[in-house]
Amino acid sequence: MINTIMLLIVVGLAAGIFGAIFGIGGGMIVTPILTLAMGLDIKYAIGASIISVIATSSGATVAYLKDDMLNLRVAMFLEIATTIGAIAGAILTGLLPSAVLYILFGLLLLFSAWNMYRKMRSGKETTDKIQPDSLSTKLKLNGSYYDNAVDKRIDYQVANVPGGFTMMLGAGLASGLLGIGSGAFKVIAMDTIMKMPLKPSSATSNLMMGVTAAASATVYFFNGSIQPEIAAPLAIGILVGAAIGSKIMKHLRARVLRMIFIPILFYIGLQMFLKGFGVTI
Amino acid sequence: MAQNKKTELAEDTKKMEEMNQIELIIGQVLRIGVIISAAVILIGILLLAVTGKTGYAPNVYPITVKSITAGILALKPFAIMMLGLFLLILTPVLRVAVSIYAFAKEKDHLYVWITTFVLVILLIGMGIGYLGK
Repeated sequence: MINTIMLLIVVGLAAGIFGAIFGIGGGMIVTPILTLAMGLDIKYAIGASIISVIATSSGATVAYLKDDMLNLRVAMFLEIATTIGAIAGAILTGLLPSAVLYILFGLLLLFSAWNMYRKMRSGKETTDKIQPDSLSTKLKLNGSYYDNAVDKRIDYQVANVPGGFTMMLGAGLASGLLGIGSGAFKVIAMDTIMKMPLKPSSATSNLMMGVTAAASATVYFFNGSIQPEIAAPLAIGILVGAAIGSKIMKHLRARVLRMIFIPILFYIGLQMFLKGFGVTI
Repeated sequence: MAQNKKTELAEDTKKMEEMNQIELIIGQVLRIGVIISAAVILIGILLLAVTGKTGYAPNVYPITVKSITAGILALKPFAIMMLGLFLLILTPVLRVAVSIYAFAKEKDHLYVWITTFVLVILLIGMGIGYLGK
């Protein structure tokens, strides 16, 4: 039991560091490890994962009292969509068979890998000169942040608010259903659809993940999907890892990050997908 | 006219400083919340490591408020871990709650409403989780 706990703390550390850096909940890392490597039933893995997501998000909060990259208005406005989606998703999970959850999870990882790859190919990191729509001005969503890597303050505008909001409903649903932070979807909603720069998108997504996960976590908590001997050591590891990861993140360039992460995501996604059909690679 | 602009600027700076202050306080509140939940989880893990007992039969977990409370009073490791995990779940909720205060201080009524709405959705989620059991 002690060995397993130590192992889970280490897994948590790694998941927390990567989770904070990529703006994903750590759940995308934790669930494949728990199911593929440790043979845990996916329903319990989802329960542990939703705790991981909250720990990643809160760990980053501990690292920074005040995060300048964060856009609190964007976060709160879009959380209306993600929390509603998350509650619906958590209720749905109880009704679906495990195989379907594996397949959905695999597809999600493959999609995230493909999406990161596509963005890397397109190359350009900051898209300036965005036309803000009237809604983003009315909702005061436009913001600015200080970029350490290029050493200057960057102002940005937010476009296509209805599109982003709709995407966030889906992100919330996926989060509640699979116990993930669905940070990838959130970053897509902000960075691809609403045209926010990657770093504030990631920071805002990180905050939103915790709130979204909290919406479904109580459902999982009270229905017995959260096993303390798994979720507790993971949470400790992740809290520390996320605090470290969010410190490192400011000094890294987004392109390098993606290059490391894409092949890993693709491989794990394929494994999860095939497990849904009973195939192990 | 120029005088007016100057006072406005001074007020803006003062407002920004005040906001900074509020954000720092919020940061502190959350940091304390996270540290408390982490400490409770750690105590549970250490107790489990030292005693080697979960406090429950294999594959039994305390998941109701009643069983967790009883377990904590009996110093059962699993019950203490569950309490820590529950506190951890509450930290993002706390974040939303204190943000309402921040927006109110900023006199941003639109966002006071938006954030309150988010908090209500979170509470409904808790209600569903609790009643579903």
